[in-house]
Amino acid sequence: MSFLVNIFFAIILTLGFGYFAINVKKLVRNINMGRDVNRSDNSSARWNNMLMVALGQSKMVKRPVAGFMHILIYVGFVIINLELLEIIIDGLFGTHRVFAFLGGFYSFLIGSFEILAVLVLVAVVVFWARRNVLKLGRFANPDLNGKPRKDANYILYFEIVLMSLFLLMNAADFWLQQAGVEHYIQAGSFPISHFISPVFNGLNEGTVVMLERTFWWMHIVGILIFLNYLYYSKHLHILLAFPNTYYADLNAKGKIDNLESVTKEVQLMMDPNADPFAAPAPGADEAPAKFGASDVMDLNWVQLLNAYTCTECGRCTSSCPANQTGKKLSPRKIMMDTRDRLEEVGRNLDANKGVFVPDNKSLLNDYITQEELWACTSCNACVEECPVNISPLSIIMDMRRYLVMEQSAAPQSLNAMMTNIENNGAPWQYNQMDRLNWKSE
Amino acid sequence: MAENLIVPTMAEMLAQGQQPEVLFWVGCAGSFDDRAKRITKAFVKILNNANVSFAVLGTEESCTGDPAKRAGNEFLFQMQAMMNIQVLNAYEAKKIVTACPHCFNTLKNEYPELGGHYQVVHHTQFLKELLDNGRLKIEGGTYKGKRITFHDPCYLGRANSVYEAPRDLIQKLDAELVEMKRSKANGLCCGAGGAQMFKEPEAGNKDINIERTDDALETKPEVIAAGCPFCNTMLTDGVKHNHKEADIKVLDIAELIANAQDL
Repeated sequence: MSFLVNIFFAIILTLGFGYFAINVKKLVRNINMGRDVNRSDNSSARWNNMLMVALGQSKMVKRPVAGFMHILIYVGFVIINLELLEIIIDGLFGTHRVFAFLGGFYSFLIGSFEILAVLVLVAVVVFWARRNVLKLGRFANPDLNGKPRKDANYILYFEIVLMSLFLLMNAADFWLQQAGVEHYIQAGSFPISHFISPVFNGLNEGTVVMLERTFWWMHIVGILIFLNYLYYSKHLHILLAFPNTYYADLNAKGKIDNLESVTKEVQLMMDPNADPFAAPAPGADEAPAKFGASDVMDLNWVQLLNAYTCTECGRCTSSCPANQTGKKLSPRKIMMDTRDRLEEVGRNLDANKGVFVPDNKSLLNDYITQEELWACTSCNACVEECPVNISPLSIIMDMRRYLVMEQSAAPQSLNAMMTNIENNGAPWQYNQMDRLNWKSE
Repeated sequence: MAENLIVPTMAEMLAQGQQPEVLFWVGCAGSFDDRAKRITKAFVKILNNANVSFAVLGTEESCTGDPAKRAGNEFLFQMQAMMNIQVLNAYEAKKIVTACPHCFNTLKNEYPELGGHYQVVHHTQFLKELLDNGRLKIEGGTYKGKRITFHDPCYLGRANSVYEAPRDLIQKLDAELVEMKRSKANGLCCGAGGAQMFKEPEAGNKDINIERTDDALETKPEVIAAGCPFCNTMLTDGVKHNHKEADIKVLDIAELIANAQDL
């Protein structure tokens, strides 16, 4: 009968990964709703970015306390998950600690996992305190009111539970190993959990076996639940940080892309030989695409990937000059709004057999207001700060483009500035013929 | 009070069959803004003194389109860019120097795709080159031992990773360079970028230039050095807001060097 447990395990595992795969498919579909942008160039620089920024966490440590604590959790997460391989094999084949044959190395591994688990617990508690007790500015910020603030805490609680289960599981195992219970071979070293194991003293072996099995099952099921929670949370960054840093813009931060559709129009305008009444060449693109962005489909796929990658840490917002001086703009909110709207559009597709049914809403106005967009100084502080190379600025610029080029909705004073540039080649009303007057003044 | 500035134009150079070593892109602020014109002149004095062969476009120069682009008007930007590129290419410009980080960024990063390929340097980089080649001598004099703090213009610093050239020049003045708590990549914007210079700020609880000036004042400087005409205006206003204009000067790096040389 024991194989029934293994089949049950296989089913749970399949459900866990299967449901996650379905959501990954949705994620990919939603990101691909974005406009095309070519980021296939310069792969060596891209790999380098990914290795340094995502794998190497180089931008995290700019804020040393959070950076160090984050590295503990990150390293703990990556390394402790090696144990997952053993858990899966044990679960499928009814073995117990199948890698025990590695001997001393196995002991070393299990020992390191335990120490890392404690460090993760410490870091998670510190993170929780920074959010809930110290209430650091970027976490107390109203951007996070409601679900996002709860989401952040759920993730921390999840990590506490998972790490605790891991240690309890080992503690029970160690107790059973000491008691010489059949099936519990002597394997591993338990630098932390052997301090916990005395809590089982006084219980009979059967009870401890049952406890050990319970912890083991709760641990793996917990991991699968956590895996599936990712898609519904800000925690996707643990996966998306890698592609996001790979596909990030490699140009100097000051460079804002030149819209190609505009280039064509302007070239035509400036070409003295162009026939203004000519019919479009056969096969030419039809009506030019909308200028700028008013909704998520007008953004490019990297901007949408950015939105899913954002983990709402708020370093961007805390460094934003507009936000620091009380303006409504918050680069983090720009990213959260983009993601929330993208999710809304995704749900619309799901509900309508893959066809988007207009919902009279858009990213502009329903999520991001013009007031926020016009408060940006394009100083790139948010881009500089982001630990995973997200660019809130590029979304702000694309939305300004829509406001100006599609709606002529710039603030009056900016319209005056632009009229001046058009008329006399300077943002102020000075005659271009007076440009050299300074020489003799 | 015309000073004896030698400012050839590209057209004059071309008429004499000459090509200058560098084209000085003055920019709109440098051409029209009273405060920024003093920076332009200071830079020209240094160039004249160092016998640098340069020329300006003069009345053939037009806005690079930066504020239009950052305001979202890509059409106007590209029209400005292509007109400027036609002029620059007609003169076969190779190297451009400008005292405005916004012009610098646009010419350097956004013009190449539209057909304008030039070597573009900020005036602090150019002055540093002159210094390194021994063509410019800087002596402490006026600013010896003075506390000077440098405000990184966003479009020079973060946007283009130029942090050292202006600092090297300040140190050459034998001045005491004091850093603000937020500097280099962490520098705080003066509040003018992204076309903010040309509009009122959105509602908030403080103006950005006041916030930034507070950073500068914390260093107890005698001079706040800037490398951008717009930052200069914003910080000057910030200093006035604090009624410190009698004690603290906001000066461009070019002005510091010109003053030190007694030009």
